[in-house]
Amino acid sequence: MSSTLPLFPPSASTVAGDVDALFFFILAVSAFFAVLVSVLILYFTFKFKGKHGEAGADIHGSLTLELIWTGIPFVLAMVMFVWGAQLFFTLAKPPADAMDVFVVGKQWMWKVQHPEGVREINELHVPIGRPVRLTLGSEDVIHDFYIPAFRVKMDVVPGRLTTMWFTATKTGEYHIFCSQYCGTKHSGMIGTVVAMQPEDYEAWLAGGRSTGSAVQNGERLFTELSCITCHKADSSGRGPTLAGVFGSTVQLNDGRKVLADENYLRESIMSPQAKVVQGFQPIMPTFQGLVSEENLLQLIAYVKTLKPAEPASAPVKK
Amino acid sequence: MKEADVQQEPSYLGAPYGLASWLLTKDHKRIAILYLISITIFFAIGGSFAAMIRAELVTPQGDFLTADLYNKVFTLHGVVMIFFFLIPSIPATLGNFFMPIMIGAKDLAFPRINLLSWYIYVVGATLTLAAVIMGGVDTGWTFYTPYSSISSTTNVTTAALGVFITGFSSILTGFNFIVTVHRMRAPGMTWFRMPLFVWANYATSLVMILGTPVIAITVLLIAAERALHLGVFDPRIGGDPVLFQHLFWFYSHPAVYIMILPGMGVISELVANVSRKQIFGYSFVAFSSLAIAIIGFLVWGHHMFVTGQSIYAGLVFSIITMLVAVPSAVKTFNWTATMYKGAVVWDSPLFWVLGFMGLFLIGGLTGLFLGAMGLDIHLHDTYFVVAHFHYIMVGGGVMAFLGGLHFYWPKMTGRMYSEPLAKVASMLVFFGFNLTFFPQFIVGYMGMPRRYHSYPAEFQVFNVLSTAGATVLGAGYLMILLYLVYSIVKGPKAPMNPWGATGLEWKIQSPPITHNFHETPVVTEEAYDYLHAPAPTREVTHHE
Amino acid sequence: MSNSTSPVSVAKPHPKLQSHFFSMDQQLEASTLGMWVFLVTEVMFFGGLFMAYIVYRHMYPHAWVEASAELNWKLGGLNTGVLICSSITMALAVRAAMIGNRTQQLINIALTSILGATFLVVKFFEYKAKFEHHLVPGPHFDPSLEQGMQIFFSLYFVMTGIHALHMVIGLGIMAYIFIQAWKGTYNAEYFAPVEVSGLYWHFVDIVWIFLFPLLYLLGAHGA
Repeated sequence: MSSTLPLFPPSASTVAGDVDALFFFILAVSAFFAVLVSVLILYFTFKFKGKHGEAGADIHGSLTLELIWTGIPFVLAMVMFVWGAQLFFTLAKPPADAMDVFVVGKQWMWKVQHPEGVREINELHVPIGRPVRLTLGSEDVIHDFYIPAFRVKMDVVPGRLTTMWFTATKTGEYHIFCSQYCGTKHSGMIGTVVAMQPEDYEAWLAGGRSTGSAVQNGERLFTELSCITCHKADSSGRGPTLAGVFGSTVQLNDGRKVLADENYLRESIMSPQAKVVQGFQPIMPTFQGLVSEENLLQLIAYVKTLKPAEPASAPVKK
Repeated sequence: MKEADVQQEPSYLGAPYGLASWLLTKDHKRIAILYLISITIFFAIGGSFAAMIRAELVTPQGDFLTADLYNKVFTLHGVVMIFFFLIPSIPATLGNFFMPIMIGAKDLAFPRINLLSWYIYVVGATLTLAAVIMGGVDTGWTFYTPYSSISSTTNVTTAALGVFITGFSSILTGFNFIVTVHRMRAPGMTWFRMPLFVWANYATSLVMILGTPVIAITVLLIAAERALHLGVFDPRIGGDPVLFQHLFWFYSHPAVYIMILPGMGVISELVANVSRKQIFGYSFVAFSSLAIAIIGFLVWGHHMFVTGQSIYAGLVFSIITMLVAVPSAVKTFNWTATMYKGAVVWDSPLFWVLGFMGLFLIGGLTGLFLGAMGLDIHLHDTYFVVAHFHYIMVGGGVMAFLGGLHFYWPKMTGRMYSEPLAKVASMLVFFGFNLTFFPQFIVGYMGMPRRYHSYPAEFQVFNVLSTAGATVLGAGYLMILLYLVYSIVKGPKAPMNPWGATGLEWKIQSPPITHNFHETPVVTEEAYDYLHAPAPTREVTHHE
Repeated sequence: MSNSTSPVSVAKPHPKLQSHFFSMDQQLEASTLGMWVFLVTEVMFFGGLFMAYIVYRHMYPHAWVEASAELNWKLGGLNTGVLICSSITMALAVRAAMIGNRTQQLINIALTSILGATFLVVKFFEYKAKFEHHLVPGPHFDPSLEQGMQIFFSLYFVMTGIHALHMVIGLGIMAYIFIQAWKGTYNAEYFAPVEVSGLYWHFVDIVWIFLFPLLYLLGAHGA
């Protein structure tokens, strides 16, 4: 333990200061009311000390006071709501230029894959000053990826993908905790974020063992799993072409329209019959049990890179 | 019983006695005592699990318990304390005992069902204890899927069935209270003459009957998933594990109000009594109970801000969560205003009131931090949350329960306990509680996740403080147990109205007769008419 | 509701008046309100299941239609008819109790019980067919079926299973009030047990009226 007792976590991301500011605002409001009520109660206790057999004043209430102390807490609560919601929107919407890192949680470790293909376990190296977007999947139960120094956290839910983002601002090593209880070694499912200068990060990447980038791996799987036999580059296959599908709005054969995001792609691989594209038959088999979460993330990374041959052919919607 | 010869009719404790007469009783007061004994046993069991947790967390390494055992211990601490202590605590004991008396009824509407609810509780509790003896359960009291349904290898099915069964005891209590309040009030006991404790129990009962069935079916689905392989939440066959959380919190968030609303009712009684004054803003306090019960059903999604649920769903849950803070604030201000120009007597009930107010203030205000979405992302599932809900449920709920127990003890047992000891104990509990849980706010903001068996060294100092506080807290609770039990044996006999309080319960003998009243009371005045309240009698006046 | 609490001076209390009530009216009102409150909890109990049903139907609309087509809507429809008839006989039994007609009570309670038992027998054969067709969730579930169908059948068994359990409890209640009616317990002054049993029975029927179209009729329009 360091010589000075830390009472506050390090602030090492762009949002940490904003989160702390909201914290201190609510703390100030809370402290004000806690002190106000405590002092009043203690003051009344002493000031109006009475004896057995006495009775207090004949006061039944006051509508004015009721309205005041309903109204003021209401307004303050709404301020807190709006502030908290704004912050939540910031935390929920990653910047467009964020670099993608995949994280897979399993009992009881974190497996990280960088876009260039470097993998690590229970460690996450990131450059400072650059937004990092994590796409999270789970192989077994619900986990939660939590970096207190960055004030960010997201559940890692089996059967779907979740995302979170941050921009580190200070170099250093920070805790990663699994904060959703996940079984025996839950408290051992921890790791370290290493925030580095961008040039150090590049050097670290260059020194890491790469087994091919996520996109390359995804492309290989796309062939190995025979996805390519039906999902051809043009529209001649038995399945819809995947060029430009990511981010577009897909018309389904039951009349619904859905946005093709990561979770849509994931679902289309794992339970293909759930959403069938208009004009196609529900013939695709499920890949549940055949594709690991990591492979799935690689496939999705590859599909995201597929661009339409003619730029105007697919209605791309951001 | 020696009182028998000075009273016209023996008290409910007196005639007839013998174990069978207790186990087959239909008297709401005896059933309340049965519940009181049961929940005290479970409080002790849950407390010893808490002691094991605090002992483990003194050092950062997991050295006192194995990880597996630690997980079972915190799970059982939660399951026992919530389902077998906190939920029945005030309603099934003080509520059961006093609610019918306060409205001038001879009993609850369905005395047999009342007894049945206790037996159901015992069966559910036994089943859960069986799960402990068979090796425990390690899912956390929240039973989150898919860990609970497909991953855990412990006795989840047995424990879930125990919780399922116990749910029915709570449903039956709530159901009995609602019918009783609607149909059993004495002549003249209009809705707005009812003591606020009755209002609070009525609101609690609404939560019990509307929420408990949903958790019953939810834990039943967990049991079915494990025992029969019916996969409703299993992601491997396309199930949604987060749906479980929605169903679970649809009950379990309102369940927090089951634990605190009756406590608020107790405090309303006590504040008026210690101030010797009409409660300030009676109807606002009464309706804020209903508001909390109703709005409380619409906030469950704030437990899922970080599950990746829709942002817009999150917004709705967040704004309603902020709204539910308002009626709690209204209550607090009304209690404070009640003391203004009162004649505050420094009897032991005052100490419980002050303790409750201090702890409930902190517990309620820290809820605001968690309701603000952007901040909750950081705080979710950390010790900040642990501290917050302990301040509400233990700081608020248990403090109010103990306050109520001390206030009504003379009426329930016919005996007085030592006032100085009670004052000391209330202060021990207050300081011990703060020392235990306040450091957890700090360590929570620093990022320590809950349910951690081992933790980084920089969190140690707060955990040591917490454990030290838990020792003081435990001593306080033990002390209360000892002097209350002693009072039954050796305490002086209690008079009819030791606190000079208003209300029908203080106009009958201590302890009451089996049918509460010799004649059906006719109510002519409002509640808390302290202008015309009698002075407290500390001597036993012999009944004719 | 407030004037129901006034004490009514009863010269000679009815033998079935429990000592903590003022009057037979108050006792009847308490029983009836009690059953309504209980039925509210039942609605919430099934409500959790209906919620799960809605979520998954939205998630797997195609699988839902496919799975629904596997159910035998003719048997389901037969059972719907059986339960509607039983509700009629139950209502007649309550009326017979209110006017103190012992014979009519016995006949109608017996008919209600027979119809209830018929429902369970039909249900048994439906369940049996599901086991034979590998449509019971778990390790023996037909793996060739599309994702989502297994969840449908999980919900099908839980919902209809719990409903059937309510029917079994209902039959127990019928047996009790049959014996009481045999002894001539019920008359114009005391018929609360028959009335609240009737409320319960109708509720269980209504649950089925919801379950039948939601589970059986999705595939009827053609997959």
